[in-house]
Parts: sequence; structure tokens; C-alpha cells
Amino acid sequence: MSVRRLAAEQPEGFVFTPENLDWAQAEIKKYPEGRQASAVLSLLWRAQEQIGGWISEPALRAVADMLGMAYIRVYEIVTFYTMFNLAPVGRYYVQVCGTTPCMLRGAEDIKDSCRKHIGPKDTVSDDGLFSWTEVECLGACVNAPMAQINKYYYEDLTPKNFESILKRLRKGEHVEPGPQNGRQACAPESGPNTLNNTAIYGADKSVPEPGYAGPALLDTEAKRPGAAANQRAAPGPKPPAKTPTKTPRPR
Amino acid sequence: MLADKDRIFKNLYGLHSWRLEAARARGAWEGTKEMIARGHDAVIDEVKTSGLRGRGGAGFPTGLKWSFMPKNDPRPSYLAVNADESEPGTCKDREIMRHDPHLLIEGSLLAAFAMRAHTSYIYIRGEFIAEREILQAAVDEAYDAKLIGKDNVNGWDFDLYVHHGAGAYICGEETALLESLEGKKGQPRLKPPFPANCGLYGAPTTVNNVETIASVPDILRRGATWYAALGRPGNTGTKLYCISGHVNEPCTVEEEMGVPLRELIDHYAGGVRGGWDNLLAVIPGGSSVPCITADVCDTVLMDYDSLKEAGTALGTGGIIVMDKSTDIIRAIARISYFYKHESCGQCTPCREGTGWMWRVLERMANGEAEKAEIEMLLDVSHQVEGHTICALGDAAAWPVQGLIKNFRHVIEERIDAKATQPISPSVPVAAE
Repeated sequence: MSVRRLAAEQPEGFVFTPENLDWAQAEIKKYPEGRQASAVLSLLWRAQEQIGGWISEPALRAVADMLGMAYIRVYEIVTFYTMFNLAPVGRYYVQVCGTTPCMLRGAEDIKDSCRKHIGPKDTVSDDGLFSWTEVECLGACVNAPMAQINKYYYEDLTPKNFESILKRLRKGEHVEPGPQNGRQACAPESGPNTLNNTAIYGADKSVPEPGYAGPALLDTEAKRPGAAANQRAAPGPKPPAKTPTKTPRPR
Repeated sequence: MLADKDRIFKNLYGLHSWRLEAARARGAWEGTKEMIARGHDAVIDEVKTSGLRGRGGAGFPTGLKWSFMPKNDPRPSYLAVNADESEPGTCKDREIMRHDPHLLIEGSLLAAFAMRAHTSYIYIRGEFIAEREILQAAVDEAYDAKLIGKDNVNGWDFDLYVHHGAGAYICGEETALLESLEGKKGQPRLKPPFPANCGLYGAPTTVNNVETIASVPDILRRGATWYAALGRPGNTGTKLYCISGHVNEPCTVEEEMGVPLRELIDHYAGGVRGGWDNLLAVIPGGSSVPCITADVCDTVLMDYDSLKEAGTALGTGGIIVMDKSTDIIRAIARISYFYKHESCGQCTPCREGTGWMWRVLERMANGEAEKAEIEMLLDVSHQVEGHTICALGDAAAWPVQGLIKNFRHVIEERIDAKATQPISPSVPVAAE
């Protein structure tokens, strides 16, 4: 378990954008009548994306009201599930996997690079561009070490290529996610030694889909329906210095 | 060695497109309607005959699990597909979802049909955002082509929804997954009642792993006898193995059940870094299972029964290789930290025990422990194991037990080395 608390300072309120509200209504319909609480994780996630990478207390109340849930139930959820950030993060939020398979292949060096080029763990850099944390196994172990930056995985990292990613992001450039050493997904680096018999593919003459997960998104690009922006246009809004709100009470 | 023609996951490496048209050209969605026309029980019998066992770790026979679902129940039945792949060392379901999602969708339809379910949820871990986007797009394609949905061409009304988590390993436990799907904290439920009687929303539910479900269409298409001829009796078919850690070419590969571990490492993963003689230990089935030493790795076969005989388990097939440069105590301590972090906090032995074991191992990694504590650690691990609602307690205990069983001498040597070191002058040795 890890102890997690809401940030002491919170913004005034939270409202879903009309676009996100429509999306949320459709999301709730995926579940049977009276079971709308099932949508709580996806709505909170969308709220976190809208806010800029973290969940505010007013946002969790707004989601609870939408789903007819007691505030305390949603409070439980945001503190239980570790992908909900309870305080602001950098525009580029770097999550370095530190579990054993990544550790064996050099995750400690990647963490050192973060300390050197971003700063202390869980601290937003002064320009608001970066923050980093260590997370538990992200499930890309044959591509270790790896890190998730905002939405996507950057794999087969070395301190050198990782620092180059940070440098390019700092300049506002797009960096293609996936393996950073040119290998094909989870195939051996020198190329697949299976699946080479072309007869098994039948009539399939297709080539890989472009991009890591369809076209990678930048702020300037139009969003696909139902997709949230990969990278945020501006650093997440800092909470106002004053007006701290109380922690939610059960209804 | 498995021939390419016998592979189920033909697009494992994403060398081709994942889209419907390409998947169909590779054979997906071929004859699905005829398979459904065979009837519920015929599908279950075929899966039983194939010998398919759950690929999520426990290895329970899939057809048998399906047969536990009630046949005449007024409540709706559900299929929940467990795509919450989070076991350290495991990264196979991810490849299915992003490179061959239509196998999973077709398998979901067939499994749901076998269990008389009209609705299925795929619970995908929250971090797999790219995989989720692709899977959702593939589901949309299947709806558009009327392969699933109401009045679809296959003749069994079926709705499939992609549901995502938010970063909790415990949600891979089937009842925690159901709790999470219902919009609660992912804390496992007591069993019985089992999900087949009282699962999602209190209705009959079966939870199956992605790889299990995605294997079903090929089993039905090519026949149970084809599948059962692969592997060994009781351990049939093919399996995705993820070989990570200190190998020259880490990779995921599909092989026959019962393939020798050494062949996987040497032939597919480019061998151990520094050669086979440089091998220290292997964790053969994801971080939950006890490690095995190099001499066992020489001969052990990668299937449920062979690894069980060797005192470990096949688990998810995530093979973590460690060469002689590894600080084995620290490697296992990091796994202990993982379980401490991921314990849901519901049962005291796990909530307190995982943290306790981690703290002791951290000290042992520095040699700052008493030798008597090794026995105490083993004792505590046995107090956690088997005394919790779910298997996370067991999963936290086994790696520690494996460490002590195989590398007790390393812990002792480190304690001795620390004891003979001169005490740093900065540390006061007595009251001054």
C-alpha cells in the first residue's frame, strides 16, 4: 500500500468541457442501468487529462455527483488507484519503471538521468515542463528499461537516448514512442527468428500501421474522436495559493 | 521447435497491420458462424478436449471453468477478459492487443457464446493507453462489420466493451477485477461464492486471461486434436514466453508448451549475457514464483507440471534471467517492494507482512542483519502465505522463500562480510 492524500491546495471548481461531457455520457451507457458507478475510473481519468495531469478535489466531487456516488467512495478510488495524481505534474510527466526486470537492465541509470536533468523525484521543474516518478512494472519487460512519458511508452532506453528524448521534448519537438534502438516491438533486436515463413500470412500483404498507436498526437493536430490530446498545450494550471478546501465528507 | 504454421499469434511482432482486413487475410473471423452453429456445449467440449489451461498464471482447465457457468439462470451472464497484465516479467497480452486484437475479439465472442453470455468487458490496465486505443478501434471495426453487436452475422448477440483500470496490480486478481469493474476499490472478494455463481453485478461471470481467450478461435478452427498434439499431456498447446533480464536479445516468442528453458534462452533470446556459464538464476513465471538456480535451468521444461516438480511454477511465462553480476538479494528485495506497494491493504498478514519482508531484505542486501533473521524471515513468509483472501500474499512470500532456499549462503556471506568490516569512525561506538 502507499499512503496518498489530496493536495492541500485545491482550485475552486471543476466542470467538464462540453466535448468531454458528451464523451462521459456515452461512457456511462456502456454499463447496465443503475450500474453507472462502473464508469468512475474512465471519467476520473478524463477529468485528470482535462485538468492537466492531476485530479483535484472539486473534480472528484463533480464525478461523484454525475454518477450518483458518495464523495467518500470516489475519494477512496483516487487514493487507491495510483495512476491518479493528487498534485500537479509537469507538462511532460515521466514515469520510470523501477521493478526488477527493468532494474536488471539499468533502470537505476535512467533514474539518475532524471535526477540530473529534471530534478528531485515528484517535483515539478521550475519551468513547469517536467516531473518524474518511479512506478511499478509497466508490462514492457522485454523492452527494458523503459519509461512512460504522458500517454506512451519509450522503450529500450539508455541514459544517452533517454537524455536525448528529454532534450528534444524540452525544445518542443515530437519524439516517436516505442523502442528507441530501432528494434521491431518485442522481437529480438537483430530481427525476428520466427514468423519468417511467408506462407502463414495467406493473403495478408499488409504493412505495419503507421505510428506507435495510430498517428501520434501533438497539440497542433486535430484530435481523433474520443481521443484526448497526448501532449498538453500548456503546463497544468497551478492551484491558487489560497482557498484550501476541506477533504470530502461522506454524504 | 514450433513450426511457423502452428503459431496462433502470427502478428506477434507487428510486422503486419492489426486492422480487420489484414487480420481476416491471416485467417481471423473465418468460419466463426459455423463454430457458433455447433452449439454451446460442443464449443465447451472442444476446448476441454484441446487441454487448454488458463494462461494468466493459475493454469486452470479453461473448458472446465466454462462448464461451471449456470445453464438456465434468469440473470444475465458475463465474460470478463483479464487484460490487467501487470505481473513483473510479463508482457505478452500487450502484444496480442496491439498487434492481433481481432483474435481476442473473436475469442471473446466464442467464449461468451459457449457460456451463454451476451455481454463482455475487457479490463485493460490503465497504463496500456496505446494498446487500449488500438483495441477500441478494432472493436469498432468489428461492430461496423457486424461481426459483433446485435443481430450480427455470426448469429449470437454480443456486446463487447473496453474498460480500463488505473494502476493497481491487484485488479489482475479475478474478484478484485470485478470489484474494480463495478467502480470500487480493487479489493478481492472472499470465495465462495465463486464468480460463476455470483460475479459481476451479482450475476454469473467467468474471468479469463487475454492469451487464453485469443487462443480459442484457432483451437476451434483447426481442431482440438491439432492443439492437443502440441506440448505434453496435461500441458498442451502453445504459449507466449517473455524472456527479459540478462539475455543478449530479450524478446517475446510463441513456443510449444514444455519447450526446454535453455532452448528459449539460447535459441530465441540470444543466450545469457556472458554465456550459459554466467547464469546465476532464473525466475521462470513472473515475479511471483520462486527462482531456480542455473543447474535446474539446464534441464527444466517450460510447462505447468515440469516447473512444479522443480519447486516453482509456470505462472504467466514471464522469464526473468539473472547473470552472475546480479545482486540476488537486492533483486528479490525489489520484488518485495513491489508487493508491498501493490498490497490492497485488506488482509493484515499481507498489508503488514509485505512491508516487513521488504524492510528486512533491504537490510540483508546491505549485510545489516543477524543470521537468525533469515529463519525468522522464512517463518514470516509462511505466516503470510495461505493466510490471505487472495493469492497476493502467496505471491509475495514465494520469491522470498525461493531466495532463502537457493541463496541462503549469499545472505550469510554478506552478513559475515559486514561483520568483519571495521566500523566507520563517524559512527560513535560508545557513549562519549
